[in-house]
Amino acid sequence: MDGIHDLGGRQGFGPIATAGDPVPLPERWQGFVFALVNQLLREGIAANVDHFRHSVERIEPSNYLSDGYYGRWLGGAETLLIESAVISRAEVESRLPAQNNVAARPSAAPDQFSAPPKDEQSPSTALRQSSQPAKFEVGAAVLTAKHGASGHSRLPAYARNCIGTIVSVNGVWVYPDTHAHGKGEAPEYLYTVCFQGADLFGEECDQDVEVCLDLFEPYLSDPS
Amino acid sequence: MSHETARIRAEALESLLIEKGLIEAERVDDVIVRYNERVGPMNGAWVVARAWQDPDFKARLLADGTEAIKEYEFEGGEIDKLVVVENTDEQHNVVVCTLCSCYPWAVLGLPPKWYKDPAYRSRVVREPRQVLAEFGTELEEDVRVRVWDSSAEVRYLVLPQQPPEWVGLDDETMAERVTRNSMIGVERLS
Repeated sequence: MDGIHDLGGRQGFGPIATAGDPVPLPERWQGFVFALVNQLLREGIAANVDHFRHSVERIEPSNYLSDGYYGRWLGGAETLLIESAVISRAEVESRLPAQNNVAARPSAAPDQFSAPPKDEQSPSTALRQSSQPAKFEVGAAVLTAKHGASGHSRLPAYARNCIGTIVSVNGVWVYPDTHAHGKGEAPEYLYTVCFQGADLFGEECDQDVEVCLDLFEPYLSDPS
Repeated sequence: MSHETARIRAEALESLLIEKGLIEAERVDDVIVRYNERVGPMNGAWVVARAWQDPDFKARLLADGTEAIKEYEFEGGEIDKLVVVENTDEQHNVVVCTLCSCYPWAVLGLPPKWYKDPAYRSRVVREPRQVLAEFGTELEEDVRVRVWDSSAEVRYLVLPQQPPEWVGLDDETMAERVTRNSMIGVERLS
């Protein structure tokens, strides 16, 4: 989806706050959110990591920018908990001071699916066996798709409708665009594609820069 | 104050979910200890120090990072495929995730705050030289920059250049000096 999360190349955010944190989870609530998301994945309330990432993409955009990383995870968790009817928005908001609302953006028609039961045979990674040859080989020029889709996708807006070069063929992987919506793993080839910075952002961008992305085969076509 | 509103919402949700039996306070405490104390960039630093000392390990690491680090059995977030990219005099590598904040947890722990902030995620693909300069890293004009946007499940680790004056130090001393930022690619070691 063309959401606020798709930040690559956006302008106006100002200098980087480069200072590090003393520890990765400095406040207890951040640890709670981190533990909660892991719990949601174990329980199947987040059916898989793609489903969870899409819930973060759907949180209310101003909260996305202002709440920080664990605030975003919280927003995604709220959405999944409300969509799966584990809690209601009113139940949380009754415990909040006025002017503080949950950031959930539950869909009017949420994807109805649950995680397949995990058994010993389930692969622990998203890498799958390929049954067909890859469409592109290393060195091939590829053109990326012009438009995004309204659901989950891993083709950033800044890299759409651009020509790049395949630098690596990474085998076949679970396809996030279907997996996030309960439409199966539908494995696809994953390629590392390198673009010249100027092809993505024009001559104004930094010189002698290449940007490499990992892109799935359905995002790519032959430019010739 | 916005950070505060997230905290207040999180605390309200925690109390509700504890009442419903969906989460236990002890589990939260365990997770905090694990990620604050046991999983972190020291793992990656050991890998880097060894790669500098051991040419055979370095070759294996660059050829197949996933396979090369298996023997360490690092805990904390499995990496489906680890790609290690080497900084040289000609090319500098830097890693980002513009769409969320994907990061190689098993070798670097959880990401620093700036890595997850909109400023870094938006800017580093368009103006990496300026972003690096904000970290104090001034690249020469003839050094090519490659930005790796972790847009799928492949995770990237930068193998920084070994400062010449570190040659001859033992692995442990070097591992202590390898910074997290150098393995993300925003810093050079000196």
